[in-house]
Amino acid sequence: MNFEEHAAKPLLQAAGIAIPRGCLARSVAEAQAAATALGVPVVVKAQVPAGKRSKAGGILAADGPAAAGKAANAILGMEIAGHRVEAVLVEERATIAAEYYAAVVNDAASKGPLVMASSEGGMDIEEIAASKPDRLRRALVDILQGFDLEAARAMIDGLGLGSDEAPVAETLVALYRAYRDNDGELLEVNPLARLGDGRLVALDCKFALDDSGIQRRQELSSGGSPETLTTLETRGKALGLRYIELDGDIGVLGNGAGLTMTTMDVIAHRGGRPANFLEIGGDAYTKARPALELVLDNPKVKCLLVNFCGAFARTDVMTGGLIDAWEALSPTLPIYFSVHGTGSAEAQAMLRQRLGVSPYKTMDGAIVAAIAAAREAGGPS
Amino acid sequence: MIVRDADRVLVQGITGKQGTYWTERMQAYGTRVVAGVNPKKAGTEHCGVPVCASAGEAMRETGFDVSVLFIPPLGVKAAARDAIEAGCGRLVILTEHVPVQDVMELLAMARANGAIVVGPNTAGLVTPGECFVGFMPAFESDVFRPGRVGVISRSGSLGALICLNLVQAGFGQSAFIGIGGDPIVGTTTRDALQELDADESTDAVVIVGEIGGTMEEDAAEYACTMSKPVVAFIAGRASPPGKKMGHAGAIVMGDKGTYASKRTALEAAGIEVLDTPSELGRALHAALG
Repeated sequence: MNFEEHAAKPLLQAAGIAIPRGCLARSVAEAQAAATALGVPVVVKAQVPAGKRSKAGGILAADGPAAAGKAANAILGMEIAGHRVEAVLVEERATIAAEYYAAVVNDAASKGPLVMASSEGGMDIEEIAASKPDRLRRALVDILQGFDLEAARAMIDGLGLGSDEAPVAETLVALYRAYRDNDGELLEVNPLARLGDGRLVALDCKFALDDSGIQRRQELSSGGSPETLTTLETRGKALGLRYIELDGDIGVLGNGAGLTMTTMDVIAHRGGRPANFLEIGGDAYTKARPALELVLDNPKVKCLLVNFCGAFARTDVMTGGLIDAWEALSPTLPIYFSVHGTGSAEAQAMLRQRLGVSPYKTMDGAIVAAIAAAREAGGPS
Repeated sequence: MIVRDADRVLVQGITGKQGTYWTERMQAYGTRVVAGVNPKKAGTEHCGVPVCASAGEAMRETGFDVSVLFIPPLGVKAAARDAIEAGCGRLVILTEHVPVQDVMELLAMARANGAIVVGPNTAGLVTPGECFVGFMPAFESDVFRPGRVGVISRSGSLGALICLNLVQAGFGQSAFIGIGGDPIVGTTTRDALQELDADESTDAVVIVGEIGGTMEEDAAEYACTMSKPVVAFIAGRASPPGKKMGHAGAIVMGDKGTYASKRTALEAAGIEVLDTPSELGRALHAALG
């Protein structure tokens, strides 16, 4: 779960890292009021959970309240990387003497936290790594030992930070603490700036909360940016189902992420177009009925493909729930089944007895039949 | 991480609904379940084995070689610590949605104590004809049959489909290693590939990967050094970028973790990457000559 800048910065502040004075504004009037209250030249920054805001024109300088209002007027409602700007952060503007980079991230390769620091802030980490690799330092952290001042000093030694060396090292330690205290997946400060007035301040901040950490960070997660979802996707989420809407015409219902992705892949490989991704694996395997309703409520769906290969998810339970729903909803669409794995003998017998259909012997057989049915129904396939 | 019928298995969380259901299935298949853990029901018996207060107690009472965890996400770190401190050498963590920082901590504890972790978010391990640990349909004879093909999978359901296709094509499995669908797992594709390479009862390996991360690319590097044939299927070719596809590990960010990157790396290692799992029989027959 990604956090917008205004929601991420308080995490730094709580860990003792200075941030600029600022105020969130959702309208031109609020932006003007914020600039008035700050009483200094400001910068008006679009709040979206995406990078490259400056290049998109989403960050503007303003010398007073009137200019801040004008900037907010230009930015609010703008679309940046698919996100509509609903709010701006109005912050004090200061002269910058030096820009650094600092981040902590979950590193899959080392299976532990990775701290990164550079004397070259203000550009993307990818850019720093490509253009000035010798200015980028990486420290793998033993999560059981933690990351202390000594480790921070060692990693930035030789970067030429001069008198900023000690405060930057302290910032890195504080950043690591904030990352640990908040189930971070990524916590990045870029730039970490030495201002003309001498303060070391986090001018921008990105935070991604580990989705599996949300269950113990309820309060924190309320500050995160929800994913942009369609109406059906929102309904799926509320039901605890992972439903992703696509633009094809074959409704897909599978169990497990890997199998459901594969179902979509093979539909595409054989020339068809999936209408959705929907899996009822894991603990969701008892939710066949709401899942079926979700797939059928997409008006583009011309036929339905059910692909179960039970491991943890029992196909007898899933199929039973599906048949109950099918009987209750009595849809007129053709439906094709491939059912194997845990509980499949019972599931296949149920399908024959209650729906009068025989599941296909292979997934590919069911997919080929579904593609033909979608074509016949005049879909875009 | 291949399980054998001699392995003594501890079930942490044995008394829960899923713990009970799958313990009975494992026992019926021949897995040597020796004890379970639930501190609240210590001293009782469940599924015909003693329930202990901790893995430590189970180690003293019955001893065990492998522990399998049917534990809710926020309890996994403590349960894993219990098993590791008890001297458990192999842990199979089935739980999905374990916070990643907890995973990193428990993997560090395991490393420090010389223990191997499979998972989290794995469907488990199967050695057809011997035993299984976790929740794979080892007992479905159209899916699992003793044979000489090793299978490595990030996904349980897709792994089962691949095994089904193997059996339909006349093959069986030497071992199924479910490595798990999380972004950070204890046993990687490469680790499992190395194990199957060294396994005398394995003639060929099927890698079942998916988009996200770089485990397949890393495994391809090792595969270059192997003489045993390897074929692969990678799920997620038709998935939209930037979306998490059910598994926490299955997400494409920028140009990292893409289908194309994985396919290119595997093909460069001489591995055929299948367009659909139904090509598996043909590809393996060709690869095995």
